[in-house]
Amino acid sequence: MKKFILGKKIGMTQIFTEEGLSIPVTAVQAGPVSVLQVKTDEQDGYCAVKVGYEDIKESKTNKPMKGSFDKSGVTPKRYLKEIRLEDSEGFEVGKDINVGEMFSEGDVVDVTGVSKGKGFAGTVKRYKTSRGPETHGSHYHRAPGSMGSATDPGRVFKGKRLPGHMGSEKVTVQNLVIVKVYEDKNLLLVKGAVPGPKGGVLVIKEAVKA
Amino acid sequence: MDILKSIEQEQLRTDLTKPDVGDFVKVHLNVIEGNRKRVQVFEGTVIALQGTGHKETFTVRRLSYGVGVERVLPLHSPKINKIEIMRKGRVRRAKLFYLRDRVGKAARVKEKIVSK
Repeated sequence: MKKFILGKKIGMTQIFTEEGLSIPVTAVQAGPVSVLQVKTDEQDGYCAVKVGYEDIKESKTNKPMKGSFDKSGVTPKRYLKEIRLEDSEGFEVGKDINVGEMFSEGDVVDVTGVSKGKGFAGTVKRYKTSRGPETHGSHYHRAPGSMGSATDPGRVFKGKRLPGHMGSEKVTVQNLVIVKVYEDKNLLLVKGAVPGPKGGVLVIKEAVKA
Repeated sequence: MDILKSIEQEQLRTDLTKPDVGDFVKVHLNVIEGNRKRVQVFEGTVIALQGTGHKETFTVRRLSYGVGVERVLPLHSPKINKIEIMRKGRVRRAKLFYLRDRVGKAARVKEKIVSK
């Protein structure tokens, strides 16, 4: 696997295919990313590239970070990400990677992002458990239900689905098709929905299962 | 947001004439059968326009063998070859759904005389 890029979700819309089908797409502002470090088997024991995305002011960096940016000769970046690769050959420190070089129309990708936070959610929303009746004397509306048996086992089993924090977690959507690549605008159109809010950072990689 | 707008703008078709509600139109549609391409004509009265931008659609109603047939067509779809406006209609509302309850002479739309 060698194809990847970082991006930001812009939003969804629909576009027409040549056959006249209207398909839902997500627009992603993708790249350019700069290579900060290339890790190799000999040096680091595994292969990866460290990349940075989106420029920030130099005053926003602290001294250790500035040192590492200066070392690779890259302007300071807001988001840093290490991408594991089977082999990191062909990547050069300090070079920029654009969408056009990485992806083309018809490529199948996995998109990783942080999902929208839902806060403290009950079991109906969090685990799609069924709810009780609203009326007809029912006092059982959206409660989690039985906690388990009585004296034996005398405890609630681990993994019992209960209310708790939902969302704001890393989610990957697999096998999305790239509908269009705008090289000049650094823009990608991916078929279907991707995780996270508008403006959320995404990692787009070549599909694992394609 | 502007990026999305520019993507949507690309989809717009400027070569088609946009019909108004009440118009009698002939819509030429590209139909692909296997690997053969041909043009199919669907004619009828435009009874509704819906949506904006590249998502805009129009509804064409006609009677086919005594059965009312309505097609909702995206105005900017590449499937549309040509929209011919045969007759402009003089109507006083945006949706002509009342035509569904009428047959024969009652289901007519008055013609609008366009002065030059």
